[in-house]
Amino acid sequence: MTPIGILQIVVYFIVVLAITKPMGAFMARVFQGERTFLHPLMRPLERLIYRLTGVNEDGEQRWTQYAASLIAFSLASFLFVYAIERLQGILPFNPMHFGTKAAPPGAAPVTPDLAYNTAASFLTNTNWQAYSGEMTFSYFVQMAALAVQNFVSAAAGIAVAVALIRGFARHQARAIGNFWVDLTRCTLYILLPISFVAALIFCSRGAIQNFHAYTQVKTLEGSTQTIPQGPVASQEAIKLLGTNGGGFFNANSAHPFENPTPLTDFIQVILIFLIPAGLTYTFGRMVGDTRQGWAIFAAMTILFAAGVFVCYHYEAAGNPILAKLGVESKYTGSQPGGNMEGKETRFGIAQSALFATVTTDASCGAVNSMHDSYTPIGGLVPLFNMETDEVIFGGVGSGFYGMLLYAIVGVFIAGLMVGRTPEYLGKKLQQKEVKMAMLAILATAFVILVFAGITSVIPFAKNGYWNPPGPATANLNNSGPHGFSEILYAYSSAPENNGSAFAGISVDTPWYNLTLGLAMLIGRFAFMIPALVIAGCLAEKKKVPISSGTLPTHDALFVGLLVGTVIVVGALTFFPALALGPLVEHFLMHGGKLFTMLIFPRWS
Amino acid sequence: MAATATPPALDDSTTLIPKKLVHARPLFDRELVGRAVKASFGKLNPVTLYKNPVIFVVEVGAALTTGLLLRDTAVGRHGLGFQIQIALWLWFTVLFANFAEAMAEARGKAQADALRKTKTDTFAKRISGGGKTEIVAASKLRAGDVVLCEVGDIIPGDGEVIEGIATVDESVITGESAPVIRESGGDRSAVTGGTKVLSDQIKIRITSNPGETFLDRMIALVEGAERQKTPNEIALNILIAGLTLIFLAAVVTLQPFAIYSVRSVGVGTVPTIAALVSLLVCLIPTTIGGLLSAIGIAGMDRVMQHNVLAMSGKAVEASGDVDTLLLDKTGTITLGNRQAVEFIPVEGVTERELADAAQLSSLADETPEGRSIMVLAKEKYNLRGRELSQQEAHFVPFSAYTRMSGVDLDGHQLRKGATDAVMQFVRDLGGKVPAGFLEMSDRISRTGGTPLAVADGARLLGLVHLKDIVKGGMRERLAQLRAMGIRSVMITGDNPLTAAAIANESGVDDFLAQATPKDKLEYIRREQAQGRLVAMTGDGTNDAPALAQADVGVAMNTGTMAAKEAGNMVDLDSNPTKLLEIVAIGKQLLITRGALTTFSIMNDVSKYFAIIPAMFVTTYPALDKLNIMRLHSPQSAVLAAVIFNAVIIVALVPLALRGVKYRPQDAAGMLRRNLWIYGLGGFIAPFPCIWFIDRLLGLLHLA
Repeated sequence: MTPIGILQIVVYFIVVLAITKPMGAFMARVFQGERTFLHPLMRPLERLIYRLTGVNEDGEQRWTQYAASLIAFSLASFLFVYAIERLQGILPFNPMHFGTKAAPPGAAPVTPDLAYNTAASFLTNTNWQAYSGEMTFSYFVQMAALAVQNFVSAAAGIAVAVALIRGFARHQARAIGNFWVDLTRCTLYILLPISFVAALIFCSRGAIQNFHAYTQVKTLEGSTQTIPQGPVASQEAIKLLGTNGGGFFNANSAHPFENPTPLTDFIQVILIFLIPAGLTYTFGRMVGDTRQGWAIFAAMTILFAAGVFVCYHYEAAGNPILAKLGVESKYTGSQPGGNMEGKETRFGIAQSALFATVTTDASCGAVNSMHDSYTPIGGLVPLFNMETDEVIFGGVGSGFYGMLLYAIVGVFIAGLMVGRTPEYLGKKLQQKEVKMAMLAILATAFVILVFAGITSVIPFAKNGYWNPPGPATANLNNSGPHGFSEILYAYSSAPENNGSAFAGISVDTPWYNLTLGLAMLIGRFAFMIPALVIAGCLAEKKKVPISSGTLPTHDALFVGLLVGTVIVVGALTFFPALALGPLVEHFLMHGGKLFTMLIFPRWS
Repeated sequence: MAATATPPALDDSTTLIPKKLVHARPLFDRELVGRAVKASFGKLNPVTLYKNPVIFVVEVGAALTTGLLLRDTAVGRHGLGFQIQIALWLWFTVLFANFAEAMAEARGKAQADALRKTKTDTFAKRISGGGKTEIVAASKLRAGDVVLCEVGDIIPGDGEVIEGIATVDESVITGESAPVIRESGGDRSAVTGGTKVLSDQIKIRITSNPGETFLDRMIALVEGAERQKTPNEIALNILIAGLTLIFLAAVVTLQPFAIYSVRSVGVGTVPTIAALVSLLVCLIPTTIGGLLSAIGIAGMDRVMQHNVLAMSGKAVEASGDVDTLLLDKTGTITLGNRQAVEFIPVEGVTERELADAAQLSSLADETPEGRSIMVLAKEKYNLRGRELSQQEAHFVPFSAYTRMSGVDLDGHQLRKGATDAVMQFVRDLGGKVPAGFLEMSDRISRTGGTPLAVADGARLLGLVHLKDIVKGGMRERLAQLRAMGIRSVMITGDNPLTAAAIANESGVDDFLAQATPKDKLEYIRREQAQGRLVAMTGDGTNDAPALAQADVGVAMNTGTMAAKEAGNMVDLDSNPTKLLEIVAIGKQLLITRGALTTFSIMNDVSKYFAIIPAMFVTTYPALDKLNIMRLHSPQSAVLAAVIFNAVIIVALVPLALRGVKYRPQDAAGMLRRNLWIYGLGGFIAPFPCIWFIDRLLGLLHLA
């Protein structure tokens, strides 16, 4: 680790800290229907949308209606995206003729399983990409299907978080807000304006924004190279702001057209945490005690700091086997040392480790480096971040309601130790809350472990539909524990709705597309619905006045408790799996053994 | 003032749970342990065990391991020592958990047996419609029957005295040998089946059907027959069942992960089923799973040991949650016997005349206050109590609504009572209240005394100054309550000024002066509307609505049947101060659950460090770096973890039965303390223990 590297991370955190309050206060105003400075511009548009869709702005919903609206909306989104993907050949803005016979050589066909996987991926805010953007989808698909989902899936996540906050804030109420109103307001007042500004900044720094066909250039060596084009900058902003993470190009934020400079890189990591960090303050505001929000912020900060510094430390330390071979692995003035494999030189180790940590703390999944190339422990950090349900600031909305579910579990156990039925923010935590919180945590853990387990051993027959013949693990690039990490990473990324890939697996086969797609849907809705049940249940309860007999949930003790709950639940669930993946790989690496690549990766 | 003279002695009664319990018995009574051991085997029946999901999973694991062991034995495989030991210890784990529960139940059963012995077959003298008396078996009595009980008779069932007065020995129920008086009307009319009439005769209307009497219910309760899981227990059960499922997924999927690893690296073997079952059993929260129901039963038992009968475990649990305590001033906060210390006549009335009227109006007043007036009048003016028959005088009893009592005699209406009530009485009769009378009364109130106005018809005579004495140590106890976040509210029939002075002296947070039963009820409703849980004590029939409304209503055993029916606990000692202990027990119950859950979960960390490296030693010898305890062989590592996991259940039985140490303090302090002890303790403790067991196994050549 270098002082300048540490400084970059510290400065990053200070900026996040500084924007949390203004962002959070603004979001609180938006969701409480108060006037904001954007009203003159957006309010007429908002009214128009309600009039066109027949939404009654003042009609609040119970949790059942809220959940039904969410599911209906998601289902419609799915069908819409699927249809556009499959029909891209006859739709406009397709200069490269994807989906037709005139498609460039090497273009991937959009099979039903790939279309399903991608639709599930974008509606669940996962943005897992089993395809390579520049070789698969037309500009129209990228804009009308994928980018639209980037906005609304983010807004849906935030809406659920706000509904849960209302559950805590309200006293003997039946309703928890209106899904359609929350969705609309979030998109109009929060996501669109910030994305617009961010896209302009990205453009100004060199990100591209056009509808051109791909450019053919002659390289210095005299060969030809195809340079993809497209409306990139506009998609880039929401990719990060909405913690979606689906890149326009396969290389994602490592691609110079997406993320041209260290400055844009810095803005990108800020954008990822902007809303999740702000939501902690929104929460404090809406429940009438900002200390409550800061306590959660503090817990997230500790987990973030631990992750980023562990990751950075091991990446900066590099690979001891290379060091033994005489390769310089210490930082010198002229070269970074450490593990630079799979990292962009314009970002370096600190920015890459920061990006990897942030993108998995949040359920973003954008990457600016190759996680597969990280050292075992460096790669364990993103993996563990995902497996603890991405609650370290987390995905927009999802991270926050995820953290509240952990808080419910933590407060329930610890709350008993003060001799009362546990209370959080004056709401008694009883059967239903505990049941739902456990269900959510259980569902994702199950999906990760069960799918990873099956994939580790399942064989496929010749000429089958599911996968090329042989074991599913034949799709892996690496053997041994590293190969196992690749499976574990994929099946952690999907249900946790992260979407980043360790990569190293050929995942565009029906087996992977269908199982990962299912994992994404379960991971999203088996978390959201319980959160909404809890919201409805809490809203109906009385708010118990705080006394000195109440467990304080705004002090250091609570922060420690919350951090402990996240780590202990995550560690206990995934320790065996992690031991067989990154942990043993780490020990073996220090013993001088690496796990070689088996075949050249289909995608990088 | 008398109260300030009382030393604020911090004696035993100021700690919330007194060390000496009423019916305390040794924790591991020989007979009880024997019974419990036997019962532990009976509980192996999977049909009943499945209700405890965690332990049920252990049993399934044990059965699976045993089955595989039998198969391996059948095919003549050698070196099964490890498997045998694992299977054995898994069964022990189940038995230990069963033992914990059986132990708690045995303690309850022992108590029930003691009660049942008193329930001899009795006969009742039933009075039929025509007034004839017939002898019937007590078990034939129905609610509504009227029976006659004479000297030496066992009262055949719960009921209400409708005629007569008698002394009754209630030691069967209360353990208190001094007889109590039961009479028709008023608040001392309830009698309990199984108690014995010592003098006189009474007619009783039976209020319960056979099998539903107080004694029956009491037996059922302590036996645990009617035990239902409390809401909090259910929630905790869900949590640990959820954790069990998570670990089940983690362990079951470890098998394919291991198969992949072995295939990919090409060396070693996949862990055996026995090893995987061991890991699962070690991970699932068996400690709390095994002890959870024991904690609940023991909580009920502890309440019983305080001579309080809780109608449900839910009530005990709710008492831990109480935010507001309604405490009757008299008998709870003050000693209860207010003493008359002074007669203060109004102008134009002599002190003697006032004393005389006060004495006459108190003739039928059996309360300590009434008697103290008689005593003071006698001491000061040598006025003797006179015998008045019902013919010459008509006694007007005190009621909570009129707040006066007195006598109608020779055309005089002598009344004494609360100042404003008597003033109203005088005004209603056309009399005048002398100027400055109210001020006189307030002056007494401000000093913490109780003014009692005395009137002769429309003529106001003056005031009697009653002094109230706050119980020693009460201030400290109330301060402890406040630290725990519980508001104490004093309920009194006194006027606001008197109430304020006593409130100030005793340190209660709020008071309700001149409280009618309706006021009480409304106060409770108001508190509850704000989300608070309210506890109160009461004895009279007019307390019944409030007792029913309160979340924790403790009825005094001396009280009426209506009060007992309305509340959810009955204090057999009729000591209203016990509310404080009940609250402490409720809290202790919840803390014990939380502490053992935390302990159980934190234990798991160490077990991973023992078992995971051992499991994969053949495939990934490098994982031995995780063997931070340096356990000497893979087999002994697994075995040591399993043994620790089983033994810890038994080791914690005393803690589960007694409850964790409880000190009244604020929530943050309590949490910090318990997190250190049970969180950090639970994390650290297994490491040396497992290490030690591993060494022991090595020494004994068991693994």
